[in-house]
Amino acid sequence: MLELENLSWTTEDGTEVLKNVSLQIPDGKVVVITGPNGSGKTSLAKLIAGIYEPTSGRIVLNGEDITEMGITERARRGISYAFQQPVRFKGLTVSDLIALSSKDNLSRPDMCDVLVKVGLCATDYIDREVDSTLSGGEIKRIEIASVISRHSVLTVFDEPEAGIDLWSFTNLIDVFRDMQKNLNGSLIIISHQERIIDIADELVVITDGEITACGPKDEIMPSLMDGKGCRKMCEMPREGIF
Amino acid sequence: MNAENKELQMKEETKELLKIVSDFDGTEFKGAYNIREDGGCAGRKSTENITIESKEDKPGINIHVKPGTKGENVFIPACITHSGVDDLVYNDFYIGEGADVTVIAGCGVHTITEEESRHNGIHRFFIEKNARVRYVEKHIGTGATKANRFIDPETDAYLAEGSYLEMDTTQIQGVEKTVRKTRAKLDAGAKLVIREKLMTADDDTAETDFVVELNGEDCGADVVSRSVARGNSRQSFRARLIGNTRCTGHSECDAIIADHGSVLSVPELEAYSEDAALIHEAAIGKIAGEQIMKLQTLGLTEEEAEAKIIEGFLR
Ligand SMILES: Nc1ncnc2c1ncn2[C@@H]1O[C@H](COP(=O)(O)OP(=O)(O)OP(=O)(O)O)[C@@H](O)[C@H]1O
Ligand SMILES: [Mg+2]
Repeated sequence: MLELENLSWTTEDGTEVLKNVSLQIPDGKVVVITGPNGSGKTSLAKLIAGIYEPTSGRIVLNGEDITEMGITERARRGISYAFQQPVRFKGLTVSDLIALSSKDNLSRPDMCDVLVKVGLCATDYIDREVDSTLSGGEIKRIEIASVISRHSVLTVFDEPEAGIDLWSFTNLIDVFRDMQKNLNGSLIIISHQERIIDIADELVVITDGEITACGPKDEIMPSLMDGKGCRKMCEMPREGIF
Repeated sequence: MNAENKELQMKEETKELLKIVSDFDGTEFKGAYNIREDGGCAGRKSTENITIESKEDKPGINIHVKPGTKGENVFIPACITHSGVDDLVYNDFYIGEGADVTVIAGCGVHTITEEESRHNGIHRFFIEKNARVRYVEKHIGTGATKANRFIDPETDAYLAEGSYLEMDTTQIQGVEKTVRKTRAKLDAGAKLVIREKLMTADDDTAETDFVVELNGEDCGADVVSRSVARGNSRQSFRARLIGNTRCTGHSECDAIIADHGSVLSVPELEAYSEDAALIHEAAIGKIAGEQIMKLQTLGLTEEEAEAKIIEGFLR
């Protein structure tokens, strides 16, 4: 279980991006985080991965306070983050990246299976460099492949649908449903996409750096569709939100 | 002329260096070869199509590849196994019309004291019509961490109509000072591809200097250097492309700076024809923070991430 307690994050220039965010992500659940552009979803994901340091608050993974831990240590404790904007590398190939993420535990055929899962023809891509010659949708899928080959305890996907064509999108949904069935921890997906929201066990809405709604998807969806927040459900800080 | 073969007989240090610079398996070379060791010859073999002979007027060899020779290799590594050697050698390659060969050069310098050792290899390539050459060169210094190992290669290449020269050069360790000069003249339809990889550390200095004359219609040159400057090392990259006719030229310097290294990139593009299309690109900077962070999210430490990124970059 991942617990976020009163997390705040202010940028170097003093903008308060996240304000007192408290949230519990229990094991065995798929949580979808949604909300308007610029509301702080990616910032929250980066706080979880250790890429950003919170200005205040605590992050607790399975009872252990990881607030002060660096990115590497968190990764080694089973946190994974699939970047909204994947990073490109001159010289590293797709197989290099997957080998690093799977700690060399995947054979070449296994790597190919992972690529096929994200809708890439494995033989065309496995030896390609993860550089600027890859298209937006291609690099996004490689990012997802690099993260699913880690089999982490807590995985955060940041707008996995972005740039992915409709046909592959269906594949992607299958990947998440598959992960949902075999969860050995929890899965957080940041998304604006209805079909992804559809997979969610729980839904969290972030507006302007605050959680404005959270709870079982079926309860949250109607008010989301109305365009209303539902702050009343999330008087924070609150224990046992789900 | 001295074209006779000489049985391979070399020092252990040379063998070790050759494993690194020319993928030597410890027993034999598959193709023609000439092994230079501390200024002498430690083995030579010509083949039916490739003759290697000593020069009569100065140190070095002439290598003749018969027209039409396909898929053969020539190994011409040079090794220095101790301090105090100052080796100067002139090697000329005559590549016959339509031939297609690979030349594996490379130089290893092993020293264990601070006394200087230098290898200065001056190569000339005469590449006939439609011939193709792939030239692979690795340079390395081994032994004492503080030493004075110098490697100064000079290459002059003449590319006749429709010919092709690809030079893959790598120097990633242990050479305190290098000055590399490459000049090429291209006739119609000839292509020159240069891939240089360089890593310097500590107080090393490396200078590379390319001058390419694009003389024949539709010839082209692509000169790309990737380098990493660590420690207090200094590098300079100069690429002068001269377009005298309808041609294409591209030079690129892509450098990573770590620690207190420095890199100077000096592009020079000269066009004497309105149909000359010349481009220079340069990017110098430290490793992008997000690259390190991405690899950290996969469980690597910052140091491991940096090493992986550099390894890939220089591959
Ligand atoms: N490193 C940073 N420095 C300064 N401002 C930042 C930084 N990271 C994010 N921000 C700002 O914080 C706000 C929230 O950004 P964030 O990327 O978290 O939004 P988001 O909810 O993921 O949006 P989107 O749906 O567009 O991906 C934005 O206004 C953004 O400009
Ligand atoms: Mg975002």
